[in-house]
Amino acid sequence: MAMAALRRDGRRIAAPLITPHPINPLRSSLASSDREHTLLGVRSISTQVVRNRMKSVRNIQKITKAMKMVAASKLRAIQTKAENSCGLWQPFTALLGDTPSVDVKKNVIVTISSDKGLCGGINSTSVKISRGLHKLNAGPEKECKYVILGEKAKAQLVRDSKKDIELAFTELQKNPLNYTQVAVLADDILKNVEYDALRIVFNKFQSVVAFVPTTSTVLSPEVVEREAEAGGKLGELDSYEIEGGETKSEVLQNLTEFQFSCVMFNAMLENACSEQGARMSAMDSSSRNAGDMLDRLTLTYNRTRQASITTELIEIISGASALEG
Amino acid sequence: MLRQAPRFLLRRASAAAMRWSRPFSTDLPAETAGDSKFVDAWKKLIPNIDPPKTPSAYMAPRPPTPSTIPSKLTVNLVLPYDSVLSAKEVDMVIVPAATGQMGVLPGHVATITELKPGILSVHEGNDITKYFLSGGFAFVHANSIADIIAIEATPVDRIDQNLVQKGLAEFQQKLHSASTDVEKAEAQIGIDVYSALNAALTG
Repeated sequence: MAMAALRRDGRRIAAPLITPHPINPLRSSLASSDREHTLLGVRSISTQVVRNRMKSVRNIQKITKAMKMVAASKLRAIQTKAENSCGLWQPFTALLGDTPSVDVKKNVIVTISSDKGLCGGINSTSVKISRGLHKLNAGPEKECKYVILGEKAKAQLVRDSKKDIELAFTELQKNPLNYTQVAVLADDILKNVEYDALRIVFNKFQSVVAFVPTTSTVLSPEVVEREAEAGGKLGELDSYEIEGGETKSEVLQNLTEFQFSCVMFNAMLENACSEQGARMSAMDSSSRNAGDMLDRLTLTYNRTRQASITTELIEIISGASALEG
Repeated sequence: MLRQAPRFLLRRASAAAMRWSRPFSTDLPAETAGDSKFVDAWKKLIPNIDPPKTPSAYMAPRPPTPSTIPSKLTVNLVLPYDSVLSAKEVDMVIVPAATGQMGVLPGHVATITELKPGILSVHEGNDITKYFLSGGFAFVHANSIADIIAIEATPVDRIDQNLVQKGLAEFQQKLHSASTDVEKAEAQIGIDVYSALNAALTG
């Protein structure tokens, strides 16, 4: 009986609130159904939308936290390998020097990137540096080609430099990286690509939050001989006696091929470390963002819930006071 | 609020680290002439992006050739997955060069040699450590630093005699039944390595 009176009064109070034009039955937006429920006196504003959002954001937070831990454990495994291999390229640089500004006709840029995404900006950095090197070494008689390792760089470079891509390798990290695999890969590259200078672009792992883009240059045996004769950094190479093998050029060829495989091995390990580190920090910041979003949504949810309770209280109290007096 | 503090600090620290990821300038060795040419050419063409670093920025420069012959030889033995010896001061090393065993003393003339599978012996005072190397390169520099780069190096006492005999027999058999040049070459390499292992154990 009281409820019937309440409902009558509710309708009477709500009557001036009804808009002049009739409510369109086809309009099924949530706002209108809220208003209709308000008119009938049922508990109103739905918290369902906010609750759905909160559930999905919470799931995303769990996933990104798990991805961060996976990346952390993979990083630990591969970081020891990378640190152990850091002595591998130093003898070559000590002997043959570091000549990034060498001027040759056939440049090949070997870009190392990851296959999977969600790893921050390291792949874009590598691609930007590769494009920069391409621009630096392009000229009237010079040519510059790409050899790409990893899906992400391939996707970016295919867009504007498709004709310059010589070879592309993907799915390199299915099995843990070891020297044999890299040696076979280096052999493949050296056999199929004509080069005077190979420039390897990768991200060197300095710490979990710092990755430095680096480029190592490996010269072909003919260019090494030419630079040795010209003097400069490689000028001391002639003072070294060459033993083993029949001719000096044969030994130099073996030397440059060995150098390429060693430098590639170290570069791939460092890039893999950088990838895991970048993924860790990307997933960490996304978990934190999800947490912030969840806090804001919780506040909205509580506000909505309290508003609906307050509205119901107001209706009851105003109804009761209308009955009394 | 205190719970948020470590997270807040970590965020500030990582942001600070990302903004200033370069080490102090006193830690880095001075850039060499070739590098500055590269850096200048890069900055002219591509001013918006920082030039990439090159390997010499991560390496301490090697000491110059001293005027007198030093008393000890500095040896670095590196493998792809480990540095077995790094900057170790020894009296002599004997490397298995492709042309035979080669002894390296301090003051040896600068040499680049290819290595074949064999024994590397490191002499320091009265200790002799022997490693079996799989092959690689050895550089001897004029400043009495020797770099030996190999793919595998195992101490000789870890090698099993029976497995060596079995492997040798297996590869000899493969050589007999090999038909293509590639198979013959592979079998020959196997025989070379196993006979060197055999010689290492007996010799």
